[in-house]
Amino acid sequence: MSAAPVPPLPASAEAGTATATATATATPTATATATATATATATLTPGPRPVELRLLLTPPPARRAWRLVLARAGAMCMVELQKLRHDRTELYTRAVQPALWLLIFGETFTRIHAIPTGGIPYLDYLAPGIIAQSAMFIAIFYGIMIIWERDSGVLTKLLVTPTPRAALVTGKAFAAGVKSVIQALVVVVIAALLGVALTWNPLRLLGVAVIVVLGSAFFSCLSMTIAGIVLTRDRLMGIGQAITMPLFFGSNALYPVAVMPGWLQAVSKANPLSYEVDALRGLLLGIHAHLALDFGVLAVAAAVGVTTASLLLGRLAK
Amino acid sequence: MTTPPAAGPADPDATVDADPNAAPAPQPDTAPNVAANPQPRTAPDATPDVRLDEPAVRCTDLSYSFGDTRAVDGLNLEVAQGEIFGLLGPNGAGKTTAIRAITTLLPVPAGKISVFGLDCARKRMQVRRVLGYVPQQLSADSGLTGRENVDLFARVFDVPRSERRARVDEALTAVDLTEAAGRLAGTYSGGMVRRLELAQALVSAPRLLILDEPTIGLDPLARASVWDCISQVRAGTGMTVLVTTHYMDEADEHCNRLALMHRGRIRAMGAPGDLRADLAAQLGADPARVSLEDVFRHHAGSGLTGADHEGGDFRDVRRTRSTAARLR
Repeated sequence: MSAAPVPPLPASAEAGTATATATATATPTATATATATATATATLTPGPRPVELRLLLTPPPARRAWRLVLARAGAMCMVELQKLRHDRTELYTRAVQPALWLLIFGETFTRIHAIPTGGIPYLDYLAPGIIAQSAMFIAIFYGIMIIWERDSGVLTKLLVTPTPRAALVTGKAFAAGVKSVIQALVVVVIAALLGVALTWNPLRLLGVAVIVVLGSAFFSCLSMTIAGIVLTRDRLMGIGQAITMPLFFGSNALYPVAVMPGWLQAVSKANPLSYEVDALRGLLLGIHAHLALDFGVLAVAAAVGVTTASLLLGRLAK
Repeated sequence: MTTPPAAGPADPDATVDADPNAAPAPQPDTAPNVAANPQPRTAPDATPDVRLDEPAVRCTDLSYSFGDTRAVDGLNLEVAQGEIFGLLGPNGAGKTTAIRAITTLLPVPAGKISVFGLDCARKRMQVRRVLGYVPQQLSADSGLTGRENVDLFARVFDVPRSERRARVDEALTAVDLTEAAGRLAGTYSGGMVRRLELAQALVSAPRLLILDEPTIGLDPLARASVWDCISQVRAGTGMTVLVTTHYMDEADEHCNRLALMHRGRIRAMGAPGDLRADLAAQLGADPARVSLEDVFRHHAGSGLTGADHEGGDFRDVRRTRSTAARLR
């Protein structure tokens, strides 16, 4: 066995791809697809399984600009949902921690009356904070996941698709958002079971979903940014541990900003988690919140996060 | 080492636009549309203007360094359209770096690499649209079913929803995974995972399929099944295949042409038979008894299994071993 001569292109395949390319550049699709599929039929003969490859001869048309970004985000979210469908373990195990926070910390501090909540039960006050916390914990995991995907080859392959890095990061950020929203739903149900008087107004719940998606987009991008800097899973795990707790305690999730010392108030003001919690409290409990400011801060934070994470993603590809 | 001009029966001599027989002849009814509806939107990232008179891959004096290590050192390479081209060499020879440069993963200056005439630095997105890439590592997602894995790549290559299902079915059929399509990829055997990855790469109808060590760590049966798939798809679609391997026997059997790489440079290039015959003539030996391994040893100063090369860096070895371990 040596130097087999290059087999000539099958005539129909040749005509098919040529047709497809020519028509794709010349005419919009309807007739093009019809004629391409009609002419571009090739049958695999040499093997034991004769296989027909019609569609695999014509490259799909390209999407552009924002439609491409939307499609990529959709694809990434779809993957996340499909994985959750196959294995719901994570959904349950991740429900344990927020349940404990509400049940133990929440119930206890409700009795102590140590934290000024402006007249509402502490458990009610705490619930939105715990929703934000569990969403953040999920999102922070995305940096580790992207390093895992780099090591396993999944990321490499995605980077060779017609997907700009920003679209890939946006997709991941929204996937984190989708997963967080599902987690938030679980926590809302737990809180409702514990007797927290949450709103069931669908519009407000939709607002909750938007806020959770934006918050998770930011935190997942923060994590992917750090992943792009430190590049290894071990380092990122350490850093992830080191930043999540300060982000959580340095926010208004457990106590109002007013009771904090001055320096911590400054930290809290710079912490997107505080804005997420504030918005969630406003939406779920109906108490006074700065919804427009919160939304604005989270949207800007998410945009900045996507930008920096996209710029650093290339380091993971090398 | 200079490259011989790429030639061969599969190398068409004209671009799509220039060839009068290619497009309008079979369907005269679309001709008026061509004239009446010039494509309204032509973004830079639109359908790639693939040139059929250019080689599938052309590297011109390509070099790439990681820190002080010069992984690729002045690579000149032309892969003709439609051929199966093998890039051979030991670990650390620069094969994977060359592949990563061609697949736009590494930042390379303009003018160094072109794919079907598209410059890899300037027209990155268009190049990616004509590429199907299977990296060395296992890149299928074990938490998704076979079908979902292929579906993801149909989505990220913008396959319209209306034909997504049919296309995914076709790709799965082409690699003989229709029956296993509903199972999680985590339950697949090594050979099945490789075939699944092939299906992922095929679903976008690439013109150039790039396979980095497709049979690494597989047992002989699975290796044969993967090569069967590659040959069938190649025969059915006429796509160009660029493959790296360090199995000399595979290269000898399946590649139309190959290049032997050592320490970032190409040491010999040509059809496997020619390479062996040349060496045989040079040594006055019986051509039947000269192997590709001999050719490699002759040109690189050591065999693939020779003791004088380090066999890649730590990361290389770890990647190879973990891929092999997971495929078993």
